[in-house]
Amino acid sequence: MHWEIEITLFIVLILVALISLAVRNLLTAVVTLTVFSFAAALLYVVMGAIDVGFTEAVVGGGITGVLMVVLIFKTSRRSSD
Amino acid sequence: MKSNEDNPITTLISSIVAPFILLFGMYIIVHGHYSPGGGFQGGTMLAASVILIRLVLGSEVGQLQFNSTWGTPLGSLGVLIYFGTGLAAVFFGGTFLNYHFLPIAQEASMKRSLGILFVEIGVGLAVMAILIAVYDDLLGEEPDA
Repeated sequence: MHWEIEITLFIVLILVALISLAVRNLLTAVVTLTVFSFAAALLYVVMGAIDVGFTEAVVGGGITGVLMVVLIFKTSRRSSD
Repeated sequence: MKSNEDNPITTLISSIVAPFILLFGMYIIVHGHYSPGGGFQGGTMLAASVILIRLVLGSEVGQLQFNSTWGTPLGSLGVLIYFGTGLAAVFFGGTFLNYHFLPIAQEASMKRSLGILFVEIGVGLAVMAILIAVYDDLLGEEPDA
């Protein structure tokens, strides 16, 4: 039904996932993973699972990013590149 | 987190936005049985508001809003509300979480609505407290607070 929106969201999803795998900066990876979660939430909403999309947006876009940033600040990089 | 240099933009925006996030989280918890949402999403949103204040204004200001020592007791209280609702139904002659046997209202639909509301409040309280406790334990800077 909404296949144009779905295809666009799938392309965004795959692109953001590849970017978050390829990037070297961990903070950038966290931000792109948050974008991934938000695109997945929009995809769930388009598919009709509003409750699942809402949970994904709140947890993946709100809490997980903050906790990952805290973990990055608590750890240190072994190699200096 | 570490007390950053006082950025007026983030301070202003977060102090304006955080109460509305709290209000929306409470709305989601209370309206969980009419609309999408519920205890888990609403509790996560309440925790996000508290964590936003801690992140921007520093943990010292955040302690005034939600003390770190409240995490485990409030989480236990939420679990207690959930299981208390279920076990009250057992106590009054039904099965676990069968809201029809709760002695809280007259008509059956009102009983089920209020029963779901109690369970959602318990879940939301537990999720909020535990998520804030996870954040505080990850930072682990203030053992005395």
